[in-house]
Amino acid sequence: MSDLIRQNASVLANAIATKEVSAVEVTQAHLDRITAVDDKVHAFLHVNAQSALDQAKAVDAKVASGVPLGPLAGVPLGLKDVLAMKGEPTTAGSRILEGWRPPYDSTVVQRLRAADIVILGKTNMDEFAMGSSTEHSAYGATHNPWDLDRIPGGSGGGSAAALAAFEAPLAIGTDTGGSIRQPASVTGTVGVKPTYGGVSRYGQIALASSLDQPGPCARTVLDTALLHAAIAGYDPMDSTSINAAVPDVIAAAQRADVRGMKIGVVKELGGDGYQAGVSQRYAEALEILQGLGAEVIEVSCPSFEYALGAYYLILPSEASSNLARFDGMRYGLRVGDDGNNGVEQVMSMTREAGFGPEVKRRIMLGTYALSSGYYDAYYGQAQKVRTLITRDFNAAFEQVDVLVSPTAPTTAFKLGEKLDDPIAMYLNDVATIPVNLAGIGAMSLPIGLAPEDGLPVGFQIMAPAMADDRLYLAGGALEAALTDKWGHLLIEEAPEL
Amino acid sequence: MTSISRADVAHLGRLARLELTESELDHYSEQLDVILQSVARISEVAADDIPPMSHPIPMVNVFRDDVVKPSLTREEALAAAPATEDDRFRVPRILDEE
Amino acid sequence: MTTTSHGDVYIPFEEAMSRYEPIIGIETHVELGTNSKMWCGCSTDFGSDANTQVCPVCLGLPGSMPVVNRVAVESTIRIGLALNCNIAQWCRFARKNYFYPDMPKDYQISQYDEPLCYDGYLDVTVDTPDGPQVFRVEIERVHMEEDTGKLTHTGGATGRIHGAEYSLVDYNRAGIPLIEIVTKTVIGTGSLAPEVAKAYVKELRDVMRALGVSDVRMEEGSMRCDVNLSLNKPGDGWGTRSETKNVNSLRSVERAVRSEIERQASVLDNGGRVIQETRHFHEDTGRSTSGRSKEQAEDYRYFPEPDLVPVAPSLDWVEELRAGLPEMPSVKRARLKEEWNINDFELASLANSGALDLVEATIAIGVDSVAARKWWTGELLRVANEQGVELEALRVAPQDIQQVEALITSGALNDKLARQVFEGILASEGTVEEIIATRGLAVVSDDGALLAAIDEALAAAPDVAEKILSGKIQAAGAVVGAVMKATKGQADAAKVRALLLERLGVSE
Repeated sequence: MSDLIRQNASVLANAIATKEVSAVEVTQAHLDRITAVDDKVHAFLHVNAQSALDQAKAVDAKVASGVPLGPLAGVPLGLKDVLAMKGEPTTAGSRILEGWRPPYDSTVVQRLRAADIVILGKTNMDEFAMGSSTEHSAYGATHNPWDLDRIPGGSGGGSAAALAAFEAPLAIGTDTGGSIRQPASVTGTVGVKPTYGGVSRYGQIALASSLDQPGPCARTVLDTALLHAAIAGYDPMDSTSINAAVPDVIAAAQRADVRGMKIGVVKELGGDGYQAGVSQRYAEALEILQGLGAEVIEVSCPSFEYALGAYYLILPSEASSNLARFDGMRYGLRVGDDGNNGVEQVMSMTREAGFGPEVKRRIMLGTYALSSGYYDAYYGQAQKVRTLITRDFNAAFEQVDVLVSPTAPTTAFKLGEKLDDPIAMYLNDVATIPVNLAGIGAMSLPIGLAPEDGLPVGFQIMAPAMADDRLYLAGGALEAALTDKWGHLLIEEAPEL
Repeated sequence: MTSISRADVAHLGRLARLELTESELDHYSEQLDVILQSVARISEVAADDIPPMSHPIPMVNVFRDDVVKPSLTREEALAAAPATEDDRFRVPRILDEE
Repeated sequence: MTTTSHGDVYIPFEEAMSRYEPIIGIETHVELGTNSKMWCGCSTDFGSDANTQVCPVCLGLPGSMPVVNRVAVESTIRIGLALNCNIAQWCRFARKNYFYPDMPKDYQISQYDEPLCYDGYLDVTVDTPDGPQVFRVEIERVHMEEDTGKLTHTGGATGRIHGAEYSLVDYNRAGIPLIEIVTKTVIGTGSLAPEVAKAYVKELRDVMRALGVSDVRMEEGSMRCDVNLSLNKPGDGWGTRSETKNVNSLRSVERAVRSEIERQASVLDNGGRVIQETRHFHEDTGRSTSGRSKEQAEDYRYFPEPDLVPVAPSLDWVEELRAGLPEMPSVKRARLKEEWNINDFELASLANSGALDLVEATIAIGVDSVAARKWWTGELLRVANEQGVELEALRVAPQDIQQVEALITSGALNDKLARQVFEGILASEGTVEEIIATRGLAVVSDDGALLAAIDEALAAAPDVAEKILSGKIQAAGAVVGAVMKATKGQADAAKVRALLLERLGVSE
């Protein structure tokens, strides 16, 4: 088998299982690719080649001994640095956790290990997943493989860029307001934010606990489904984990059929404020779906216009509390402990030195929103808006099977362009945020390049809670039609690095 | 909704244990004000009779059995500590109260 | 009037009570006796090596998440039911945000405006010169939360925070289930406020013990009290309250209330203003010192805990727990009073001395009720008081009393020897049998030896024999005494008396 790095995960797994290629060869090919291109992309914060090769060897041993293996056994993966992995550096993109090695595995990592997926290392991200560009990483920005001067999206820019740069065929992301979908959108890859509680958060360093959700990233809808199935399911370590069967996302991705499906176009997510090329490709995708036998209907979700406001109160509030533990007492950075400073001073100096500007901004915003006297007007009101947004979704899903929108209003913007303009940066999440507020599942998949800049455009599909299979049913159909049209996956058009 | 002053930012910094610099106080009071103005639109929503939503998926009564499981070893527990002494985490002196 | 080194001035209690009325409120924290912690499977055993009962969850490591201990919820509901509370149909946990190095997450998972149990009461009885008086202490709420780690202050002279160079943290205690029981304000106690406060905490402790939810050892910190107190002149509005923390024994509860009344009265007498503050009680001095001022109220930024889903006890579950409640201490006292045929005073002294359960347990294994009460409230209580410990802290078990009583009945021991047996048990000399053997404690029951001793005593006092023979039988006591002395108390006095009269051919 040639050009191992350009193969899909399902193809690689099959080749490994049939001994056409060894897991070690596949892993080595990706490690070589990382060595060759990651200087330019900076998708990875940490690569453990020895550990990856050891994992691959173990898979080859299982293949040799005829042990039955999962459908992704031996396939390499990039893990977002926000997930705890025993003994490996886990920083969440922050200085304050530099050098920390967790004494435990997150549930996602345990399941990846159980599925014999080879973890190459940890991918770059905005500090504590706060951002839409990966520029807020304390360890330097990640570059978009389509144009190295542009952002790869965020916060999971490292995972998306690793896929787009063929450094890994699989990656794990986490999505609090679009951190899986928006990077997928701007890098021409696929990402799914599962229903809240569908994948365990245990071991994910929390940003906003009621919004966070780990999920799968890959270059095809089927690969994404295979990874989704590997990591999803009930976990008694996460009290918010859903104790029910995971919808059969693999079967849905394979069926890839929208005949008779009612697809709702969300009126409020599109039009003004959306780049022309994004709107154009989006309209084309809707036509394709119609051509495949879907019924496309416009629906209105009037409360969505308040989603951004509610989100930027709920997220900072929960984050201000979740990030309190980084105080320099038990792990991570400690600054100012000169024997003279008191504990309060040392905590304050540590946090001042260890957190970047965006993190401090949001901690203060959240501290403010939760303060006595402001709680009702800010946090309390935001939670009510959350109810209204959920009601809008429920009403819409009474009319249609899935909802759709562009994933992001624009293609990848330039590095530095919005770095110190928080509002402009936040507006990038306008289409992805309602999904997190309601706790439902959503997918982004590539639908072409915007004519004006030649950069990928993402298409978002949203499904009711616990109906994540519908994402794959519709996404798989759209992907198949587009691949037929182009003769290849969009990612094949990415420039050589 | 109110606007946010430099003194407010200083107070938030203390509450959140952030030793902000003078220039940060200026910068953040400006930025937080802008952000708050833009999120303040949610107050337009008439939501008096709307229940607040704290959890996206409605579930209740998730419990574990009262069973002892293995703890970390003390070495694992203390491994990442910036300072230890006598098998304990060593922390700077506490000044604020008896 | 007394003045402490901290500058606090106190006036005599009676004088204070002649001008002011106290209003009290008590917050009690109880560590539940679950096997595992509140959110994780770490053990709750007391006294283990530092930082050996910790895991990612209770260390608050990044990424870890809590899962609620079912037994902790059940215990809280049972406590609520025992305190006549309503049980919430739906309630949430909330985060209380504040930074402190003993708290691994820098927030405490607690409950805020939605406690699991609310609006209950506990009736407590206080002895007054006019007889027992019952006060109803209303319960505001019972809620669930978690304990913090344990700080040790190092480098200073005193081991206190002040002057320490640094502190050490052991997180074994972090995450142990903690229940907070908050009373409503208790008014109308007048000068009985210290006694009511103590009686409430004691009754609460007995309820916890009856429920079996906690070992409620105040000295080990598994039950801790904070006392809120304010004074006002009769007819005036309520005064400003202080909160006294660190009140860690029953005796301290009473003393803390008394002391704070004396202090606040002095402040008010001098036209001063009571400061809303936290004060720390010191067992050694019986006084409190000023801590953090609460005028700048802490902003805890409570919000619903997103990592835990709501608790919504079904009616069936609550009723099942209610049906399984044990007999409450007050009900038990009424029953025992009847069964043992004792009066209020005797009951109160049994209850107050902590002997009630011990006596009941002793009777339950077959000991006569009078004998059981005699030992526990007599000799053993005397020793306990002498040592300044609770009766139940003595090493004597009901089984020991059962054994000793059996030996007395069979004539192998008498009261005097029995006391020596208990002395041996208290001194950890071994079991009842071992102590009798090693100390050589056996009643001399050999008639020959006793007759020899009687003859000897009669020979030494011929006049006594004559008196007895002439009908003055009460004179026999002197001979019996001499024989008992000669046998070092190891004889049965009644038997000696009988043998003596038989010897002299006298009948009673």
